[in-house]
Amino acid sequence: MKMKTLAAMALAGSMTAGTAMADLVIPDLSYRTGPYAAGGTPFSDGYQDYFALLNARDGGIGGESVRVIECETAYNTERGVECYEATKGEGALIYQPLSTGITYQLIPKATADNIPLHTMGYGRTSAANGEVFNWVFNYPANYWDAASVAVNYLLDENGGSLDGKTIALVYHNSAYGKEPIRTLEELSALHGFTLTQLAVDHPGQEQKSQWLQIRRERPDYVLMWGWGVMNQVAVQEAANIGFPMENFIGNWWAGAEHDVTPAGMAANGYKSLNMNPVADYPVLAEIQTLVHEAGNAAGDGSNLGSVLYVRGMYAAMLAAEAIAKAQEIHGVADVTPAMVRDGMEALEITEARMAELGMESIGPEFAVTCQNHGGAGQGLVQQWNASSGIWEPLTGFISPDAAVIAPLVAEDSAAFAAESGITPGCL
Amino acid sequence: MLYREAGDFKTSYKADSQTFPIAFDRWRYWAVLVIAFCVVPFFVNAYWANAILVPFLIYAIAAIGLNILTGYCGQVSLGTGGFMAVGAYACYKLMTSFPDVSIVIHIILAGGITAAVGAAFGLPSLRIKGFYLAVATLAAQFFLVWMFNKVSWFYNYSASGQINAPERFVAGIAVTGPNTAPWAQYMICLVFLTICALIARNLTRGTIGRSWMAIRDMDIAAEIIGVNPLKAKLTAFAVSSFFIGISGALFFAVYLGAVEVGEAFGIQKSFLVLFMIIIGGLGSLFGSFAGAAFLVLLPVALKVIGVDLLGWPTDLVAHLQLVIVGALIMFFLIKEPHGLAQLWRLAKEKLRLWPFPY
Repeated sequence: MKMKTLAAMALAGSMTAGTAMADLVIPDLSYRTGPYAAGGTPFSDGYQDYFALLNARDGGIGGESVRVIECETAYNTERGVECYEATKGEGALIYQPLSTGITYQLIPKATADNIPLHTMGYGRTSAANGEVFNWVFNYPANYWDAASVAVNYLLDENGGSLDGKTIALVYHNSAYGKEPIRTLEELSALHGFTLTQLAVDHPGQEQKSQWLQIRRERPDYVLMWGWGVMNQVAVQEAANIGFPMENFIGNWWAGAEHDVTPAGMAANGYKSLNMNPVADYPVLAEIQTLVHEAGNAAGDGSNLGSVLYVRGMYAAMLAAEAIAKAQEIHGVADVTPAMVRDGMEALEITEARMAELGMESIGPEFAVTCQNHGGAGQGLVQQWNASSGIWEPLTGFISPDAAVIAPLVAEDSAAFAAESGITPGCL
Repeated sequence: MLYREAGDFKTSYKADSQTFPIAFDRWRYWAVLVIAFCVVPFFVNAYWANAILVPFLIYAIAAIGLNILTGYCGQVSLGTGGFMAVGAYACYKLMTSFPDVSIVIHIILAGGITAAVGAAFGLPSLRIKGFYLAVATLAAQFFLVWMFNKVSWFYNYSASGQINAPERFVAGIAVTGPNTAPWAQYMICLVFLTICALIARNLTRGTIGRSWMAIRDMDIAAEIIGVNPLKAKLTAFAVSSFFIGISGALFFAVYLGAVEVGEAFGIQKSFLVLFMIIIGGLGSLFGSFAGAAFLVLLPVALKVIGVDLLGWPTDLVAHLQLVIVGALIMFFLIKEPHGLAQLWRLAKEKLRLWPFPY
């Protein structure tokens, strides 16, 4: 009798486990603690809320409900590895770790485990070469694109020539911050500007000496590759030395509301790149009614519509579109990670599709191919208006200089292929 | 009860001075070794290896290293992270410069290079002690991390400054790189830990260990009775750094596979290993193991309980963990300065006298 109940319970257990496995599992390696929490929290909120919206509105993707597993990494690589190992067994379809350091850990692991990795606007730039990095995607843009977009913007500002100008790069002294240096060096040789490099050590609260140097050398422009608490400190320091804010441009990880609000009015005019203009997207209203008012908001629900919230939502949208594409290609709703990879490689984001999803012009149009996992590489420049408290887009999407970046990507990915014994090719 | 010593006679000096004089302890030691070597490898999966066992084994080596310096020789060091970085970068440079040489030799050589660096940074210990020495080792920590960030030769001029471990084999089985089987990762760390622990145990029981402890307990008295402080302190720094270097090499090559010096080997790492030996027990090998196990398991256990079982928000659990670790350190410093090892020692004493402990 007892054995029978036990067997029945075991059976019931395995059946519930079976139905649970049928979900589309999306791990969210987030960080809501530590010095980078200010950026990690809104991104994760947007990421989770979009999947919650899909579940509430459409019953998931292609009729399969989405299950998001959140795992706190604190931007720490060891914790990131722990999260990856803990979630991959659940049938994780795609990883978006929002950390360049964790990305470097996961590139070999995810490739060996055949799980796609999407590092949107961060991670390893040369992963844009899909023939070497079969399982890694960094569309719609990467750091080298960002560096080139920033320089193209400055070229535009200066009537097409940066000859004799000086540009200082203030960067987070990590893999993330060092990524653009190679491109900027190439561009400085090409356009004749002088590049000064100023490293800021983790976590970035200590920047006095760097800004003293800027005050002494008076560069024409300052570019910043910062993240987390580093951005707020840099904007404040720039204000302290009276550096003209309109000549200070952050990359797209250094341009959110929380980066500029601590400096108050002094931050007015600070510019940054962005992948997603902040606008009143209809999808945000849907999230408000279907997710937040239903009490399912991720986090405290206060970040709805902020720069990084929109970007997290955009990342979730790209993942959901890739899953839908995979369902379409393979004709099954319950897709595997390998199928999602095929969906990502065949992904095409058009203006019409974005409008249909309630996020018109949220990002550039692009199509992914086996050769190009990097997308269009476009970014726009936005400016902080401190009195109204909004980021105002200054330009449309600016294209990077492919003639400079493509050879660099080819060179770096070839080096990686040689180092890891990969024969480039499509899957 | 467990520790029945009746009838357990020692008939030779050798038997009397063995590492585990109590028969039960000896059996337990062999049982642990048999389970660790012959049972666990067959059951370990990727999660257990990557999240728990491999970090535990590697941190245990680092904790043994720091315990030799701080616990046995009394020289406070905050440079552990920097010395681990030396091991990791030495291992990386050796792996990429001499790809045909076995990774085992590279790891041992990385330990040797770290020993040399550690001895060099140990030189100030001859003139300064206590807090002042701690500050000097702190300088080593910052200098080494700065150097590995600044000098691109150390990371082979890669664009990102990251170092990546290429695939390497021991007896035809991959031990580094993405295709490493969990048991292979576990085994190479276990072998290194076992050998390091044996060396450490025997060193601390012999002349050199006694001279370290003499320096720790009172350096002037030690010098008067004929202990050479130069030799004792520098050997402590060298041996300690050797173990820390090995742990750094394993940490990079076997565990993470890709590291960035500021993030992986920052000051937090130095504190983490220091907390391990404080919570585990200063001057005790068992304490090194206990402290490493405690601080590796605690976050995972809290996460499993808080997030997976109770369904709390992940950030709440992460913050709670900081509170708990902080509270535990204060608790141990006040209630049991000798750490988990002392608790174990007391429990053992009571068990030996059971059923009439006092």
